[in-house]
Amino acid sequence: MNQTTLQEGWEVVIGLEIHAQLATRSKIFSGSATAYGAAPNSQANLVDLGYPGVLPVLNREAVRMAVKFGLATGSKVATRSIFARKNYFYPDLPKGYQISQYERPIVENGSLEVMLDDGSRKTIGITRAHLEEDAGKSLHEGLANASGIDLNRAGTPLLEIVSEPDMRSAKEAIAYLKKVHTLVRYLEICDGNMQEGSFRCDANVSVRRFGAPKLGTRCEIKNVNSFRYVEKAINYEVVRQIDVLESGGTIRQETRLYDSGKDETRPMRSKEEANDYRYFPDPDLLPVMIEDSFIEDVRATLPELPDEKAARFVADYGLSMYDAGVLTASRELAGYYEAVVSAAGGPAAAKLAANWVMGDFSGALNRDSVDIADAHVPASALAGLLARIQDDTISGKIAKDVFEIMWAERADADSVIEAKGLKQITDTSAIESAIDEVMAANPKQLAEYRSGKDRLFGFFVGQSMKATQGKANPAQLNELLKKKLDGA
Amino acid sequence: MTLHTRSVAELAAGLARKEFSAVELAQHFLSRIERSNAALNAYVTVTAERALADARAADEVRAAGRAGPLTGMPLAHKDIFCTDGVRTACGSKMLDNFVAPYDATVVERLRAAGTVMLGKTNMDEFAMGSSNETSWYGPVRNPWDLKKVPGGSSGGSAAVVAARLAPVATGTDTGGSIRQPAALVGISGIKPTYGRVSRYGMIAFASSLDQAGIMAPSAEDCALLLGTMAGFDSRDSTSVDRPVPDYVAELNAPLAGVRIGVLKEFFAHGLEGATGALVQAAIDQYRALGATIVEVSCPSLPLSVPTYYVVAPAECSSNLSRFDGVRFGHRCKDPRDLMDLYKRSRGEGFGAEVKRRIMTGTYVLSAGYYDAYYIKAQKVRSLISAEFKAAFDKVDLLIGPTSPSPAFDIGAKVDDPITMYLNDIYTIGANLAGLPAMSIPCGFDGILPVGLQLIGPHFGESRLLSAAHAYQRHTDFHRRVPAAYA
Repeated sequence: MNQTTLQEGWEVVIGLEIHAQLATRSKIFSGSATAYGAAPNSQANLVDLGYPGVLPVLNREAVRMAVKFGLATGSKVATRSIFARKNYFYPDLPKGYQISQYERPIVENGSLEVMLDDGSRKTIGITRAHLEEDAGKSLHEGLANASGIDLNRAGTPLLEIVSEPDMRSAKEAIAYLKKVHTLVRYLEICDGNMQEGSFRCDANVSVRRFGAPKLGTRCEIKNVNSFRYVEKAINYEVVRQIDVLESGGTIRQETRLYDSGKDETRPMRSKEEANDYRYFPDPDLLPVMIEDSFIEDVRATLPELPDEKAARFVADYGLSMYDAGVLTASRELAGYYEAVVSAAGGPAAAKLAANWVMGDFSGALNRDSVDIADAHVPASALAGLLARIQDDTISGKIAKDVFEIMWAERADADSVIEAKGLKQITDTSAIESAIDEVMAANPKQLAEYRSGKDRLFGFFVGQSMKATQGKANPAQLNELLKKKLDGA
Repeated sequence: MTLHTRSVAELAAGLARKEFSAVELAQHFLSRIERSNAALNAYVTVTAERALADARAADEVRAAGRAGPLTGMPLAHKDIFCTDGVRTACGSKMLDNFVAPYDATVVERLRAAGTVMLGKTNMDEFAMGSSNETSWYGPVRNPWDLKKVPGGSSGGSAAVVAARLAPVATGTDTGGSIRQPAALVGISGIKPTYGRVSRYGMIAFASSLDQAGIMAPSAEDCALLLGTMAGFDSRDSTSVDRPVPDYVAELNAPLAGVRIGVLKEFFAHGLEGATGALVQAAIDQYRALGATIVEVSCPSLPLSVPTYYVVAPAECSSNLSRFDGVRFGHRCKDPRDLMDLYKRSRGEGFGAEVKRRIMTGTYVLSAGYYDAYYIKAQKVRSLISAEFKAAFDKVDLLIGPTSPSPAFDIGAKVDDPITMYLNDIYTIGANLAGLPAMSIPCGFDGILPVGLQLIGPHFGESRLLSAAHAYQRHTDFHRRVPAAYA
């Protein structure tokens, strides 16, 4: 089955439910710590354990973070929102209900604009974002005939961000997901760590014939913990649904699990098997009343948001929208970039700095899994390297080698250039003698070139550059070589 | 004068004068418990050793000159309050093995004030009942007539105070669970305004209705304890941050000019036996004491029982979900799988009345029924609140019976839940509206006490207590002790 032909005539409709773990120090309804990776049940107090008689008390910081998200997405922040109980039995849900917001969420009706691969933009609606507590974890490995329960995560604050079904492809869904991911980290309300589960996503996927008035029956895909898997899971599900429909079948509304090992989704439970959660307002918690002054206080703490920053990068640094988007994908990267530009002498160095930050620098970070804060080449050092490129001390190509040494040895550009003798050769006679040697050593190629095989020019550039250990000034070398080859 | 027939106020005075020590007082009550509890089944746990240790500590505090008004005062806690290191069973097999790892705020505050816990009192299972017959530990007997119920759910607390097995006891009131048993055993009991006393550490039945209070011989005794129990608690979001008045200092506020409303709806249906006449006599007494008596109406009040039996079960069905056999409480033997663990642990751990309410509550919250039951009940609840509010624009207090009848025979109503539920017909309204209310004894129907109910506006506890105190200065019903326990 070929996916593209299969999809012809079908429209894909995707909505995402994102769970962002809020970066509060304590839990949403208790004073327990929220740090990841502690010994099982060491961060669960009586409230988290759902002991008889205990009561929840709302963490104001979680409210502040939700409001921050609401303001950053142009949403309506509810002056009165209500916590409800979602009732179901599960061992890692200590109270037998999850405290969540149901009919009256704290944030409603916002949107985010995403940029697609073709450079076009699309607005994705945010239906709502509500506060809720996380459940614990059931552990099955290494226990014979039993399950372990770790309630460290129980009561961790989550912001569930529900989109409109506005996305029409897995790529759009990923663009939106990344946008939210960037935003919550800018706002410092979530660390965005998908491996540790602090940023999770469920995808609602349906397909319909183009032009069909009603949405198709949707399936909810759970348990996807990376951008790549979200994309793969959606693509798998789209093909599966179209396949079912084209063979005359019907889609059952159900929850499906994505198995990254097999790259497939599998049914988890159908709508008929779904719980009746019996939501009702939690009588232990008062309605959350938010005053205008609180909203304004929060608004005053908003940082420059990714879109604003990208627009500024375009305007001030003359970057393309794409580059500006990449550089503003995280607040840390953008900050690093701006520090490089400023140390390298301002907007004149902006494009060169952009290429280096997006290229070699980001490559090294990823390769060595290093955070920007711990980068082996700090912004001032990278600026120092760029200055040597700009003043022709070294070529861009040599600079790549210098950078690697700087990264490996945590050294600055000048000392590396000095120690390794990488200073660019701009002495015309030295370059000329290198060219002469190369021409003398390759009479056959010289003859062919001169009889019209122009593309051998590259061969001579390479050989001559090699003869200078790559240190010749490239523009100078080109010019001299052209002259000599043409027999001038 | 024997120790146990004295009021809390008199005992406090005796302790202050060092007429007797806290240890002597605790020993006195502990020996009474040893003698009489088996027949009454009022205590489910007696903490004798701890009581004596605490009493010794209280005596030391007094010797050091640091005693407060309650230092060394023995009391009993309803077994719904968590008590650190002491079994807290809530009348249920489900929690028969549960030793609470912390003190409820009420327990903590009373302990900090120097009171001495004698033990934990029997109660209807999870406070669901009006006769104390749903307790897994068996029914409590009414000290006035051992064939009769003491009322419920705070039946154990009511009985220990009536039989003077403790000078005073804590209780909780979700639909009348302090007032109705207080009425049926002839003592005073106050349910404060919702939010006045912290619910932290009180095992939840219906969170929006539950309120802790105090049960003692007299209103003055209640005033002595309530001030210590009340006040904001940051661990309970529904507790109200508002200063606590000095209830004792305000006890003698005059009755003259106080407007008391007789709730028409409380007299619409026949009150059994002498109840109607005794309540009427009490109203006449108030008039004689200078109060202005007017008739008022809350027309939606007759809907309070059905409203309550939607709201309370809905909340309880969710509150009791945590009893699943996983972390604490009863767990069935050798569960085959998770579902078996849930079903048998809960099936074995809960009694019939609790199951009935969990099922009712689950039903009214279910998809398709929520609007028809839960939402509608909330609307009626708002209506009842509004009508009470309107009534309190005209009067300072409302007055009426606490219970339609005196104590009934053990077993008489157990097979008929609806009849049982109607015991709370006069008390539920105050819970739905979150109002403070109290019951004080106003006479006897034969040998059985009858209760008079006073209801106040939100945070009107001072007025309630002073009005009750005024009546008790002119009557002695609250001083009477069943002959067998005198």
